[in-house]
Amino acid sequence: MLESMRDKVAIAGVGTAGLGEAHGFSEIELLAQAASRAVRDAGLTMADIDGICTASSSATMWAMPVVEYLGLRPKFIDSTMLGGSSFVAHLLPAMLALASGQCNAVLVCYGSTQRTATFGRREVVKARALLDPQPFEQPYQPISPITSYALAAQRHMHQYGTTRRQLAEVAVAARKWAQMNPEAYKRDPLEIDDVLASRMVSDPLSVLDCCLVTDGAGAYVLVRTERARDLPHKPVHVLGSATAVWNRQISSMHDLTVTAAAESGPRAMQMAGVTHRDIDVIELYDAFTINTVLFLEDLGFCAKGEGGSFVENGGIAPGGHTPVNTNGGGLSCVHPGMYGIFILIEAVRQLRGECGERQVPSARIALVHGNGGTLSSQSTAILGNEIP
Amino acid sequence: MVDNNEVSARGPEAHYFGRLSEGVFEIQRCGACGRHQFFPRVLCTHCGSEDLNWVTPSGRGTIYSYSVVRRKPEAGGDYNVVLVDLDENVRLMSRVEGVEPGELRIGQRVQARVAVEDGKGVLVFDLVEESHA
Repeated sequence: MLESMRDKVAIAGVGTAGLGEAHGFSEIELLAQAASRAVRDAGLTMADIDGICTASSSATMWAMPVVEYLGLRPKFIDSTMLGGSSFVAHLLPAMLALASGQCNAVLVCYGSTQRTATFGRREVVKARALLDPQPFEQPYQPISPITSYALAAQRHMHQYGTTRRQLAEVAVAARKWAQMNPEAYKRDPLEIDDVLASRMVSDPLSVLDCCLVTDGAGAYVLVRTERARDLPHKPVHVLGSATAVWNRQISSMHDLTVTAAAESGPRAMQMAGVTHRDIDVIELYDAFTINTVLFLEDLGFCAKGEGGSFVENGGIAPGGHTPVNTNGGGLSCVHPGMYGIFILIEAVRQLRGECGERQVPSARIALVHGNGGTLSSQSTAILGNEIP
Repeated sequence: MVDNNEVSARGPEAHYFGRLSEGVFEIQRCGACGRHQFFPRVLCTHCGSEDLNWVTPSGRGTIYSYSVVRRKPEAGGDYNVVLVDLDENVRLMSRVEGVEPGELRIGQRVQARVAVEDGKGVLVFDLVEESHA
């Protein structure tokens, strides 16, 4: 039945704000700037927006201040919080709301001042331990979230012979894409040996295996396809969307080398009616270098255990066999706490052909994959500038 | 084994940590499907039954994965975080005590021990030499 949704909804506008460092701005100010730009990009005004999706990693009732700040009267509200994948996971509920006529234009938005905020990481960790306890993990002081990803990386290396050098390939590929993206935060040269020599944080992951900590906001606007055709940009159709969650804690994950992307990926591709051969560009949530390896495997772009060799020799870098994370990723472009909305925005820009030097030639279909928590939530979307 | 009346007197989380503070490590075994689970819950994640019993596991297990968290010496130095698969087929997070960070390997056999400090129990593991029978 979901297959009938593949021609119903399109992304009509995208916007970003405050990428990198946004001194002097609050979270909601950045969010509202990105929202305003996305609405304008869609050829609409804020008065046209009657659906809202948003999430915050600190405020538990975040939809309300966002609605208030933007002056909205939404008929559809989704503030589902699944960590960084949330803004990919918001797609399907929004599509159903649009298709049913519950609302006519949905704004999905997020903003964070994680880099410049005075409320520091130490306070956040302390507050989380009280408000959202994990009594069976906290006594052992894993650094959240990196130690969880490190445990997965260590297991993958043990089970499949994946090497730190192969993980470093992911960071270097991301940097090479970032060097072609004027919006990217980190654009200085990076070699594999630099990654290998960087400070170890939680073995086997070093500081250059980890995503950036930046400010930034992103937003996109969804409308029904027939309306999108009358708006300024060529519509980017949401062909498929699926979300899967199997666990929250890394200690509850059945197999640390297999994420729920192995479920969300096939479901999204089935809904979209596409196969791997149809995918021209891939945007994955690379919070850590191991993510890219795990998701390429779980999403079926290579066999389980072969992700390391898949990314070797610049395989996913510019000029490689598969374009992955073309904005520079969370590793080198932007990562304000939750990154999921930015992979969708990059996919839209690629499908519109707006990416200049880093443009993947004649990209028609993109796969977007969001991750949240500690490999906990997985959400896949298939976007296309045509309906296959 | 502890009877279910005690389970119903307090939630499984309070029971688990209460027993741990007495120096006793217990996990749940399902009376309906016979499987163990960790962490403790009010229902079995294998079959949904609420017929859960507390049992004392062998405490023997195998390191499934590990990480060494790097910390400045003045803050206490490096420490390890491990995932252990108990022989009862459940996984949990813990640490291995008395080892240098470089000594840890996936597949090493470990034995559980309850360390009680200031009236609070913490489950930790020690490496054990074990011949492969």
